[in-house]
Amino acid sequence: MTFDLFLQHLSNGISLGSLYALIAIGYTMVYGILRLINFAHGDIFMMATYFAFFGIVTFGIPWYITFPVILVLTALLGMTVEATAYRPLRDAPKISILISAIGASFLLENLAIVLFGGVPKPFPTPDVFTDVVKIGTVSIQKLTFYIPVVTVIFLIGLTYLINKTKVGMAMRAVSKDHETARVMGINVNQIISLTFGIGSTLAAVGGIMWGLKFPQISPLMGVIPGMKCFIAAVIGGIGNIKGAVIGGFILGVGEILLVAFLPDLTGYRDAFAFVLLILILLYKPTGIMGEQIAEKV
Amino acid sequence: MLKINNLVVSYGGIEALKGIDLEVEEGKIVTLVGANGAGKSTTLRTIMGLVKPVSGSILYDGKDLLKEKTQNLTRYGLNLVPEGRRVFADLTVLENLKIGAYCRKDTKGIKEDLEWVFSLFPILKERVWQLSGTLSGGEQQMLAVGRALMARPRLLMMDEPSLGLAPLIVKDIFRIIQEIHKQGVTILLIEQNANAALHIADVGYVMETGRITLKGSGKELLTNEEVKAAYLGHSVKKVI
Repeated sequence: MTFDLFLQHLSNGISLGSLYALIAIGYTMVYGILRLINFAHGDIFMMATYFAFFGIVTFGIPWYITFPVILVLTALLGMTVEATAYRPLRDAPKISILISAIGASFLLENLAIVLFGGVPKPFPTPDVFTDVVKIGTVSIQKLTFYIPVVTVIFLIGLTYLINKTKVGMAMRAVSKDHETARVMGINVNQIISLTFGIGSTLAAVGGIMWGLKFPQISPLMGVIPGMKCFIAAVIGGIGNIKGAVIGGFILGVGEILLVAFLPDLTGYRDAFAFVLLILILLYKPTGIMGEQIAEKV
Repeated sequence: MLKINNLVVSYGGIEALKGIDLEVEEGKIVTLVGANGAGKSTTLRTIMGLVKPVSGSILYDGKDLLKEKTQNLTRYGLNLVPEGRRVFADLTVLENLKIGAYCRKDTKGIKEDLEWVFSLFPILKERVWQLSGTLSGGEQQMLAVGRALMARPRLLMMDEPSLGLAPLIVKDIFRIIQEIHKQGVTILLIEQNANAALHIADVGYVMETGRITLKGSGKELLTNEEVKAAYLGHSVKKVI
């Protein structure tokens, strides 16, 4: 393999990793605050792409208006899922909420099939994103550069929000101890809702860029990316945002390079994530940045 | 200030409180002593709305607390130092204190209270950037008290603040409780360390298996033979 080709693969891997990272953050944030795997997260990601399709194709709204609106709509969708499927079960056994999460996922998938049809639709791709630039002999879609940049911008924003703002502080407090947070005067439900909103917004950012990169959308498109991003979150250490980002990049870059170096294994591309999951669970179940289980009493 | 009438609480059919009456007057230190499982913590948790009672009433400044949500109580000047400290381990000392003032908007007042807390607990000022999970038990207890003070409470409830702490630190904690009280905060203190608690209390209640069995001034209870026998560890009859 030439160096140029390697660079091309690497840049592809990084942009795929960025997408995984954005979606994985949603899993990890919800887990951090509710100790719940939000199985509907991949489907929220799917919904975002349909919102984009309807905005741009059906209503003919320009992309630079549609995309920000979608972020808001997807956030609202995530908060609605939380309010209807999870909040009523807040004090129920964990298994009930888990089942509710799977139910919410199926509901969204089947709702999409009924409303939008099962036939894949083409995602609108404005030229600004798909133009190809040539650097030496390497030709790369502009999008491949945009994706990591946009991802980094959102990551910086998220880090600021969580570490420097009052709301972020409340989110960290709630993720440790709901009851004490309530005693301190924090509206726990509101903070949880906000967490879903933020996670869903990032899923929408990922969804839009996913659609631009792989411009075909279908009601079940969220299933495999959802699974993989969940795995990314586990690899990084579920509950840890930095870990989710690292996990996302490991998975994205690893997957692309695997296919690049061992073309025979192309068919096992999706299996790569699951093998990695098994290895992590065997040798470091808490993940790369996993939180310590032991607590000081 | 706080008036509890015939409060009954049960956990899955087992009555933890079998109808208790308790009153906290403004400006007093009131203590609730009793053995493990007597229902002391349950009483505080019910006041804070963390446990729903079967029957009875809790009035705070004439307000029916059973209708209030936990997260709004701090606005009314009611705050709790929970059992086992429960500081937010992943947050720094400063962040924990700021969380205490979460509902307040008066930046200047918050700053003043932060200085007040630092004057009560100088060690916290030294540790301001440290993650609170890395503090020692005594320091965490101070942080938990400081955090509650940041809400500028009028009635501060403390659940076993001396639990698991070294005797010297326990002494410190009780000194600080008195100090806080001098600043005009009413205190409802729960303790297994009945001796220390009754020494500083204006009013004491003794609880046994879900009932209040004795009420009196701190001094009265300290000299009460039954209390001595059960909680203070002295034998009733002096050894010859």
